[in-house]
Amino acid sequence: MEFFRIKKDIPFMKHALVFNVISFITFALAVFFLFSRGLHLSVEFTGGTVMEVAYSQPADLAKVRSTVSGLGYGDDVQVQNFGTARDVMIRLPVQKGVSSAQQSEQVIGALKAADPEVTLRRTEFVGPQVGEELVHGGLMALAMVVVGIVIYLAFRFEWKFGVAAIIANLHDVVIILGFFAFFQWEFSLSVLAAVLAVLGYSVNESVVIFDRIREAFRRYRKMTTTEVIDHAITSTMSRTIITHASTEAMVLSMFFFGGPSLHNFALALTIGILFGIYSSVFVAAAIAMWLGVKREDLVKAQRKEGDPNDPNAGAVV
Amino acid sequence: MNRYPIWKYAILVVALLIGVLYTLPNFFGEAPAVQVSSAKATVKVDAAVLQRVEEALRAAGLSPDYVSLEGNSVRARFDTPDNQLKAKDAIQKALIPDPADPAYIVALNLVSRSPTWLSALHAQPMYLGLDLRGGVHFMLQVDMQAALTKKAESYAGDIRTALRDKNIRHGGISRDGQAVEIRVRDEATRTATSNLIADQFTDLQVVVTPDGAEFKLRASIKPEATRRVQEQALKQNITTLHNRINELGVAEPVIQQQGLDRIVVQLPGVQDTAKAKDILGRTATLEVRLVDESTEARAAERGQGAVPFGSERYLERNGQPVIVKKQVILTGENLTDAQPGFDGQTQEPTVNLTLDAKGARIFKDVTRENINKRMAIILFEKGKGEVVTAPVIRSEIGGGRVQISGRMTTMEANDTALLLRAGSLAAPMEIIEEFTIGPSLGADNIARGINSVVWGMLAIAAFMCVYYMLFGVFSSIALGVNVLMLVAVLSMLQATLTLPGIAAMALALGVAIDSNVLINERIREELREGVSPQMAIHAGYERAWATILDSNVTTLIAGLALLAFGSGPVRGFAVVHCIGILTSMFSAVFFSRGLVNFWYGGKKKLKSLSIGQIWKPGADGTTAVKPE
Repeated sequence: MEFFRIKKDIPFMKHALVFNVISFITFALAVFFLFSRGLHLSVEFTGGTVMEVAYSQPADLAKVRSTVSGLGYGDDVQVQNFGTARDVMIRLPVQKGVSSAQQSEQVIGALKAADPEVTLRRTEFVGPQVGEELVHGGLMALAMVVVGIVIYLAFRFEWKFGVAAIIANLHDVVIILGFFAFFQWEFSLSVLAAVLAVLGYSVNESVVIFDRIREAFRRYRKMTTTEVIDHAITSTMSRTIITHASTEAMVLSMFFFGGPSLHNFALALTIGILFGIYSSVFVAAAIAMWLGVKREDLVKAQRKEGDPNDPNAGAVV
Repeated sequence: MNRYPIWKYAILVVALLIGVLYTLPNFFGEAPAVQVSSAKATVKVDAAVLQRVEEALRAAGLSPDYVSLEGNSVRARFDTPDNQLKAKDAIQKALIPDPADPAYIVALNLVSRSPTWLSALHAQPMYLGLDLRGGVHFMLQVDMQAALTKKAESYAGDIRTALRDKNIRHGGISRDGQAVEIRVRDEATRTATSNLIADQFTDLQVVVTPDGAEFKLRASIKPEATRRVQEQALKQNITTLHNRINELGVAEPVIQQQGLDRIVVQLPGVQDTAKAKDILGRTATLEVRLVDESTEARAAERGQGAVPFGSERYLERNGQPVIVKKQVILTGENLTDAQPGFDGQTQEPTVNLTLDAKGARIFKDVTRENINKRMAIILFEKGKGEVVTAPVIRSEIGGGRVQISGRMTTMEANDTALLLRAGSLAAPMEIIEEFTIGPSLGADNIARGINSVVWGMLAIAAFMCVYYMLFGVFSSIALGVNVLMLVAVLSMLQATLTLPGIAAMALALGVAIDSNVLINERIREELREGVSPQMAIHAGYERAWATILDSNVTTLIAGLALLAFGSGPVRGFAVVHCIGILTSMFSAVFFSRGLVNFWYGGKKKLKSLSIGQIWKPGADGTTAVKPE
């Protein structure tokens, strides 16, 4: 079986401007939604209490909400289904003077009084100081990924590739965040992990193409830079689609079987993978082109290759 | 060219065997068990306890799968939860004669059902995080500022005493924030005070500011001493927490320092958060009282006659009764530190107590009036007192430094010091994070996690086999080996597996297949260009390697960043993510090449590879790019 029967290199770079405009518009929209709607941050970041309770019958959310609000929380309480109709998630803000322990006990006590069948599945309390650190840690991690990848790519290829890859993929990150802001999906720690994992993962996509560009520069002496890039993208097309489809199969499996805890994690990965293909293939290469990569940038920096007769050249870690 | 030397196959086989061996314990599941551990710092769980447990079980007519001593606890495994409960009762009855004062913790636990020969190889199942097994998690923040203030307060008293001893007249000593302020009237006193502090209080640094005709000396704790104070405060709080949690009877509590000023407490299997929190927040008190030396009291100590009016009867740790007066001389608040040490002259083990200024003053008066009498130090917990030690007062003790010596082994000195310290928290703590995960949710999470990994893998394997034929089969086997190695490494490291960790495992597999796709596509490409099959395999692996390395390194950078800056669930994700990348390099490249070499390597006149259809652009009359 062979899906991709491409006869000629597809002239992607002719349309580079179009791709960049599309990217820019999506990016601008994402930023707009991030600012206008903001992220729906999980309790891990904001501080507060989350409780998950299970009923034996499908739960009456309105009743649960009124029971909990009656404890003096006013309208700040969020009550929603979580996974199934029988599971309910209750989110309470941090309250001055009441410890987390008392908070969750009060609530479960009140719910038990209303319906003795209810069981507490999970509570989670996070103090406000922890949230600030998480934001700080997240930003530090992001910065380290960006710097680390640019340095590695600059060392292995050329700084232009490093910059191109990171711009392309940071724009993925912003787009994922934009989606989360637009749909007001909950942004939790595991989503943050997914976002950073996507960053590493889609840079890897750009790397595959850059590798091909370098190889094509060496092999096809007469091709122009644009042709080389077109050739690299075309020849990795098959691999790109198959790899991403495989990864996506895994992510979808998490989406469908992983339960509510992995739901948003898988969602972030899905968006990341879809936009990752687009941005690392079209945007990264186009940016590298605008930055003016030349044959001389890569070919003069020819590395010493390992012994070609060593069948195990691949297994050194 | 596509042949591995025999040693490479040997490495593969050995790696595979080790992988299987260490993955194996995860398949046996868990069996109900009863775990006996020490409830007191002074009680050791050893072979004798093991024997007593065995006897108790035999007497109750229960036959455990095995009883063994592991580290500091005895574990007995049973076939059914029913027997487990019966055994718990039996052991409790045998080991704990007085339920009000348990020397051992008898707790229900789950242990791996894997055979003993696996355990002997230290092959244990992965350690499951709380989100997979249920339990409570607390993160406590220690108020270090309060610890430093407390320390400064005690320095203020110490300096006051020291100045009085040396007859240095000062114009007032007070604590100001975390420093001590001393006013002196003239230059001579200033020098004397500065010298005294430099000599006796090496942890303090003094800044002098003239204040009119007088001087103000500001003694603050040196930065390195500050660090030490904080470390000690944290350690003492952890010790205290340990002692308190022991009462909960949790089989495997985790109490760890996190960062500079935080403590994480995880109690697997505990559902009653209210009780746990109550116990964590409780304060024990320490009291120093005089022993009643009257004739009636002596008689009561021997068990003859009633306890005299105004006195109470407490037990020493060895069970001997002591009659002490009700009047409290000092409380734990006046005790700033207790450390084991050695007597300078006799080389006997000692316990050295440090009292604050107020305590020192009272202690000096009391000891002066009660030479050759006994005093008792009593630890109250849950309203129940126990005499930690009851030494004889040999002489008047001033200066707030008390040495308890005589008839002690080093071990006993350590334990006594620990008990004395454990009476109080060095600094107040606050719960800043708390999770409770019900046991059913834990089980659900495991099932969900495993389901997503299994279905995702099956989907990928099915596609690979159809699309790349035999090479797809090789890739799928390599993927399976990747899971095996990943689980084996996680089990070996005893890293904590959480739900995000399982997600990372799934993602690692999704990414790992990329390497095989790269290789297979490369081989197809080489074949398309008309290269011989053997050459194509060789070139395919070789050319793909550089790309695989680059892309794995970039993914690894992201993983390491998460590991460095992430916390909680993100860390759990990052650990598995990073290990997954490393194992995937082994399985996708080295191992799959091994399979290919094994299958094709020996065939000299290889005509074609089973790697799916190769479509050649030239075949239907069009031109393609060709290398020059």
